[in-house]
Amino acid sequence: MNSNRSKPHGLLAEFHTAADIFEAAMRCRDAGFTQWDVYTPFPIHGMDEAMGLRKSPVGWFTFCGGFTGFFTGMTMIWYMNKFDYPLVVGGKPLFTPLYAFPVSYEMTILLSAFGTLFGMFFLNQLPKFYNPLFKNERFKKSTDDRFFLCIEATDPKFGTDVTRTFLTEKCHAAVVELVED
Amino acid sequence: MASSGKSAAVKAPEPPAELVRESLVLNNRSLGWITNAIAGVCEKPMPMWWWPAFIVSVGGMLTMFSLIAYLVSTGVGVWGLNHPAAWAWDITNFVFWIGIGHAGTLISAVLFLLRQKWRTSVNRAAEAMTIFAVACAGIFPVFHTGRVWFALLPGYLIPAPNANAIWPQFRSPLLWDVFAVSTYGTVSLLFWYVGLIPDLATLRDRSKGVMRRFFYGLFSLGWTGSNRHWSNYEKAYLLLAGLSTPLVLSVHSIVSFDFAVSVVPGWHTTIFPPYFVAGAIFSGFGMVLTLLIPLRSLFKLEDIVTLRHVDLMCKVLLATGSIVGYAYGMEFFIAWYGGSPYELYAFKNRAFGPYWWSYWAMISCNVISPHFFWFKKLRTSVVFVWIVSIFVNIGMWFERFVIIVTSLHRDYLPSSWGYFTPSWVDIMTFAGSFGLFMTLFLLFIRFLPVIAISEVKGVTPQADPHHPLGGAKGHH
Repeated sequence: MNSNRSKPHGLLAEFHTAADIFEAAMRCRDAGFTQWDVYTPFPIHGMDEAMGLRKSPVGWFTFCGGFTGFFTGMTMIWYMNKFDYPLVVGGKPLFTPLYAFPVSYEMTILLSAFGTLFGMFFLNQLPKFYNPLFKNERFKKSTDDRFFLCIEATDPKFGTDVTRTFLTEKCHAAVVELVED
Repeated sequence: MASSGKSAAVKAPEPPAELVRESLVLNNRSLGWITNAIAGVCEKPMPMWWWPAFIVSVGGMLTMFSLIAYLVSTGVGVWGLNHPAAWAWDITNFVFWIGIGHAGTLISAVLFLLRQKWRTSVNRAAEAMTIFAVACAGIFPVFHTGRVWFALLPGYLIPAPNANAIWPQFRSPLLWDVFAVSTYGTVSLLFWYVGLIPDLATLRDRSKGVMRRFFYGLFSLGWTGSNRHWSNYEKAYLLLAGLSTPLVLSVHSIVSFDFAVSVVPGWHTTIFPPYFVAGAIFSGFGMVLTLLIPLRSLFKLEDIVTLRHVDLMCKVLLATGSIVGYAYGMEFFIAWYGGSPYELYAFKNRAFGPYWWSYWAMISCNVISPHFFWFKKLRTSVVFVWIVSIFVNIGMWFERFVIIVTSLHRDYLPSSWGYFTPSWVDIMTFAGSFGLFMTLFLLFIRFLPVIAISEVKGVTPQADPHHPLGGAKGHH
């Protein structure tokens, strides 16, 4: 890898405890960074507030899925059993929402679940198999017992030296530089 | 809380010893220890017992598949089904397996919504059990149709018109069941997979081999543990839990509609949906204990799946077992109080007719055995709990057999009464379904983390940024 041609991705700071990264996240938020993230082996309670994140909008995808599911179910049954080929069975009505309910209910849940899953993937931009973070060997500990914070070079407030000083002196972290190639 | 109000530098009072909760992971294990302990199970070669267990299970699975081929090529008669009992072991096995699945969803979804943090140690294995049990369950209703190609062709189960342009008939609970069970299988799989993503990333980051790195890398989708991702992930997980809860209640309710919507004495009762759901949770927790008690000791996971977990699951067995016992009593009461001679006969026939042995097997396993768990000493004796859990499994199989076969074999017309006896194919197909279940479960142990690594870490004090063990300086 030729470092002259490599473009910087950002600075990666490593922390040993949940409290340290929590404090560092609050400092980053207060310093006004925007293109940054923390990487932890499990979700840390209160980290969304510490980072100043807005509430996750996944619920809207769930709602759209559920809405589609319920109306697909009802419409499908009405179309099949009353409209396209009406057939009296056991003297029961050709269509009522009552007998169509169990199937529509299951369709609501099925499509809500798909909406939730794919909404989450969409918002998180997953799958994403290339990530400059993966080039750092230390970063493998982020799924084990270490906590990382990365300020990306695209952040308008980013300056390699200033940001490095910020991370080492204000946040007391070991810092390495990440590159993209 | 009353404050002494004297000194400004009062420390936060320590709660009295009896109110301090036992920590979920014993011996104050570190985050790294948790990763090593759980990921180690599927990274190291499997212990010696695994191979014989796997070979026996695969043998059972292949037996089942061969017998299904025999059934498809010959006819459903090989199962000993005949009038009046056209449903017998097949539907018993279906309800048995689908019921077992319910405990997994209860642990993963309902206990999550109720903020029962102890669930984190058992939910992964319980959800795996759910999916494998649903896979076993699905086989029986599909193949009891005999000529399966008709059932699977458009016009019967799949919402598409048949050759005469006739659509499936949505007034039938049997079709509701198709939608309920397939939705249940799909959503359980999605929920399980979402939970697995962070742990697959852990395995990816630890893996040495090329194959392992490729597959764990592929299925972990490039997960980094980014908090922006966790934020959406946790919301999605919460929503999936919120969706699975009404789902799991609806599935066994709809399974019970297969019976309750008919007019057969012994089936046509309004108590069926809640009674079936309680029974399903009861049987499922029985199976969770049957699987987890050996698993925790064979893989030395006693610090993560602790005696407290066993104790709590026994309490669930006690509660749901009591509901089931109440339902048995209430069925009898309503049969008498309802004043229908056919209904009353059906229940007398259950207890004292030709299938009396199955009724009393059910009563002794399901009504008597959970009541040992009033005593903490018995709830925390793992060998005893394991034996009782086997009885719960047996009892719940008999419950379904009693409901299905004793109701069908004698209904309104004495001239069409009969006695169902299983054929050897019935017995071996059911035994073989345990082979399929265990094969899948053993493969799960071999390749996937049996405990949710990131979730267990999340409930340790080390994960709390405001706890001294999480690194908090004592300045508040």
